[in-house]
This record gives sequence, C-alpha cells and structure tokens, in this order.
Amino acid sequence: MGNVFVVAEHRQGLLRDISLEMLTVASQVTQQNGGDVVAVLLGSGVDSLADKLAGYSDKVLYVDDPLFADFNAEKYQRVLVELIKQNNPELVMIGHTTQGVDIAPALAVEMKIPFVTDVIQIEFADGKLQPVRQYYQGKVNANFAFKGESPYLITLREATLEVPEPSKKGAIEKIDSPLKEDIEYRRFIEYVEAEVGDVDITQSEILVAVGRGIREEKNMPMIEELAKAINADICGSRAATDAGWLDHDRQVGTSGKTVKPKLYIAIGISGAFQHLAGMKGSKTIVAINKDPDAPIFSVADFAIIDDLFKVVPKLTEKLKELKG
Amino acid sequence: MNTFVCIKRVPDTSEAEVKVDASGKDVDSSKFSFDINDADNYAVEEAILIKEKVGGTVKVVCMGPKDSDVMIRMALAKGGDSAIRIDDPRINVIDPLQVAKVLAATIKGQEFDLVLTGCMASDDGNMAVGVALAEELGIPHAAMVKKVELGEGKVKVHRELEGGLSEVVEMNLPAVLTIQTGINEPRYAPIKGIRMAQKKELKVLTLDDLGLSENDVNEAASLVELKNLYIPEVVSHAEIIEGEPEQKAEILAEKLVKGGLL
Repeated sequence: MGNVFVVAEHRQGLLRDISLEMLTVASQVTQQNGGDVVAVLLGSGVDSLADKLAGYSDKVLYVDDPLFADFNAEKYQRVLVELIKQNNPELVMIGHTTQGVDIAPALAVEMKIPFVTDVIQIEFADGKLQPVRQYYQGKVNANFAFKGESPYLITLREATLEVPEPSKKGAIEKIDSPLKEDIEYRRFIEYVEAEVGDVDITQSEILVAVGRGIREEKNMPMIEELAKAINADICGSRAATDAGWLDHDRQVGTSGKTVKPKLYIAIGISGAFQHLAGMKGSKTIVAINKDPDAPIFSVADFAIIDDLFKVVPKLTEKLKELKG
Repeated sequence: MNTFVCIKRVPDTSEAEVKVDASGKDVDSSKFSFDINDADNYAVEEAILIKEKVGGTVKVVCMGPKDSDVMIRMALAKGGDSAIRIDDPRINVIDPLQVAKVLAATIKGQEFDLVLTGCMASDDGNMAVGVALAEELGIPHAAMVKKVELGEGKVKVHRELEGGLSEVVEMNLPAVLTIQTGINEPRYAPIKGIRMAQKKELKVLTLDDLGLSENDVNEAASLVELKNLYIPEVVSHAEIIEGEPEQKAEILAEKLVKGGLL
C-alpha cells in the first residue's frame, strides 16, 4: 500500500506522546502492507523534534517557519491539504487529542476524504484497512471500512500502547512552508497554566477517586471519611469536577492530572478512556462500581461489583478497626 | 448576538448493559433512558448566558426523532427562543460529516454570529460534528472551549488542552465553538419557563425542506461504512471480591491492610 502520514503533535517545545504512539502504529501497518511511515512536522525551531521523529519514521517531512510557532488549526489545515495533495499518502493519522479534533474534521470535509475518528486499532480485512472504534464509552466496538479512493483519514486514540525504543533512521527533509502569509481570522494569543491547588495529587501515595456514581455532593462526606481513615487525598473523574464536587486541580485524566500512586481506590467511576489514561499507571487499583461492564475493571487489581453506598461505609468502618 | 445551539438526545449507558441487536450494526436501545447530551447541555447554558449578557436570540437545532421534543422544550424553557428539529430517517447519523452537512444546510442563509455545539456526544464520541460544521459553513472554529469572551466582531476563547493547560485563541465572528463540559453551571428550567416553552416555535424539517437530496447524506453517500458492532472482551486481571456488600467491604479492607497496601 501507499505511505502513512503521521501529523506530529508538539507543544511548548516538546513532542507529545501521541506522536510516537501514532508512528508506532503506522510502522505496524506498513510492516504488514508495505509503504513508508512519513512523519509530518509543522513548527518553528523544531530541528531537535525532527531528529527524534526520525527514530520512528522512514521519512520526516518538516516545515520550520515562524508561522508555526504556535498551534493554529486553520493554518495546519491549509498546509496539510497541500502536503496531502502533493504526496498522496494512503492513510493520514492525526491524534484524537485536543489538537487533533480541532483539525481533522475540517480537513476531511475540505478534502472530501473518508474519515473515522477516535480509532483504537487498525486491522486488515480482505487486504483493506479496517479501523476499529468504540461507542457508548467503550462498551461496544465497531469495525469500519473506508469507501472509495485513498487518502483515508483517522484520528488515533492516545495512550493505548507502549512506545518501543527508536529503531529507524528516517531521512529528514525540510521543506518551505506551503503557507506564505499569516491568517487573520483565527489568532493564537497565549497559554494559560492550570491553577495550583492546595494538594498536588500527582505526589499523593494514596488516592480515593470519585465519579458520577456518587450521584450528589451530599454524598461527599462518606468519601471524605474513607479518605481520612486511610490518610488519602481525594481526586475524581471529569464528572466529579464538572459537577463542582471537587476543584478542577483534583481531576484525573487526559485533561487533568496523570497520577501514579501506590494505591488508587476508584469509587463510582465507570472509566472513560480519558480517565484510564490518567491513572492506569497506579501500582494497585481498587474499583468499586455496580456496573460489571464498567471499563474501570479492565485496569483494576481488586474489583467490587456492587452498590457503593453499601460498600463504602462498611469499608471505612473496617479499615478504621484494622488500622486503629 | 444571535446564536444557534445544536443539541442531541443520547442514551445514558453509564450503568446500562449494552447489547448488539439482530442487525449487528446497532444496539438494542429499548431499555435505555435518554436525555440531552452532557456537553450540549453546557452549550445551551452558554448560549443563554451570552443572550442574557449582550442580548440577541438563541435558536436550538436538533437532529432526531419526535422523542427529542421534551429535551428541546427544556432548552426553550431555560431561555431559548425557537427551535428547529430535523427529522428524516434517510440521514446517516453514523457519519458525523453527514450530520454536519445537514446542520449546515439548516443554519446557512440565516443570520447568526455564533454556533455552539457540545464538544463530544457521549454515545459516539466522534468529537467531529462542530468542527466539520464550521468547515461546511466556511467560518472559523475552536474546539474544546472552556471560556468565552465576546468582543466587537470577534470572540476570544479558552480551549482546554491536556494536563490542565489552556490556550487562548481569538477568532472573527461568525464562528463555531464546541463547548467542553464544566464551562458553566447549567440551570434548571424554571416552572414559568416550562409553561412558556410550550408556546415557542418548534419547526420540524425534512431533507426536502433543507434543499438536500437523500443522495447527499444517506448511508450510500458516506465515505465510510460501519461493518459490524461487537461487545469487546474486557480483559481484566482483577480479583473479584464476592459476597454480600458488607462482606465484600470487609474482605477488601483486610486485603488492603494485610497485604501491606495501607
């Protein structure tokens, strides 16, 4: 098959993990079916990033221009359209990230190319690419097929695989920016860092995490009592922070913090992939949830499939007794 | 400021068992409970906050069956002015690009400054309709918006990035914003508003009304095909603790303490 284009993602001078994850998947695809892995990098002062990408690519195609000092979806789109037209890759991969979802759908519409989002793996059926994605927050998988001519476009889910050591030495080709002038209808202004809270949950040894399953803020004291009994800090899923039960700096997941405590007790958390990505590195994971199909159980070491309102008070009581 | 806000009715599957139906391409939704998509609920609130601040109108757009009317009336009760529901079984709702095409045909030609959508639907998780809609309309967009500041002919937004970081972006109006959850605190519909909402306009349109052909947005016209659905095998190495709820709690406590984890 033809080449696989991987649109590298970077921010504030660093490559994001998704870049190497995509290149790893792209290499698996080309190993089976031929074609080269081409990393596409748009940035300013990014020689060192191009070098790093070369370790995972057959070729690095990069634009180094002040126009790309900061991310701008509209500028990325303009350049990607040109590069895709010129090079005609079979498959284009963009991260299913805050950056990728800002670019890919518009790119697909403009180029009128087949597009599947949030792909978790790429399989082959009858010699054709078959992207797999999920519905209902991981409860159902779907096999897709592209129709018509390539190029095909996917966004790839992040944090689904381990990136190996670099094993390639791709040729690095610097090209002039196909975009010559800045655009005025969308402008990058600045980054705003996250507010720093009273507790840094990335440093906590024991975390008690809550999710939608606790239903109401008035159930938080039950959680606080458990946390106090075992000297744990409290964190939560996006649902818990959106609802205002916890401050935003206590959110675990891709849009919040990545934590790796010794013990993570997930209570009433179903385990959307965004949450799992932020906590699956924890040493020991306990999950308490009444839904046996909850994805959180896929990363748990100890599972209690039951009503948390019956389990948690007793758990606190017993822990106090044993620790007391 | 005239705002369109696009909403979708989705099932709550967070604690429900999901089964693939006989077609192999859909799920059995007969036992699901449905409501407005979470992120869309925040988008509705943001649209109403904008109207309360600077004036203008809020028009609700929804693609879906008649069952969606309850949810649409709630958005009107909170402060929406009128609504359009596109109801046509020929539309291939699996493909977010085709959904965007239908929404664009609905909005195009009307006067507006902003289009708000939720950044993600909880059922399909595509995160694609809003950004594709902007491209169809030929206007700028920003995805994953967590803060909106309006200016003269422009809008400044904070996009939520990974790790708690945000990016401030300014765009010319009109523009499409995909709204992230947590941007505001969605209100409950007031009783008076619920009564008034019954009298507000809710137009129901089909593809023919929108000047679209079936061949633009049906399954055959899609560039992708959903071949089949299946329930993934959950590979779990977890030790499942059995017993009555209280027993399970006690067993877990003992495992944690005696295993040296606490």
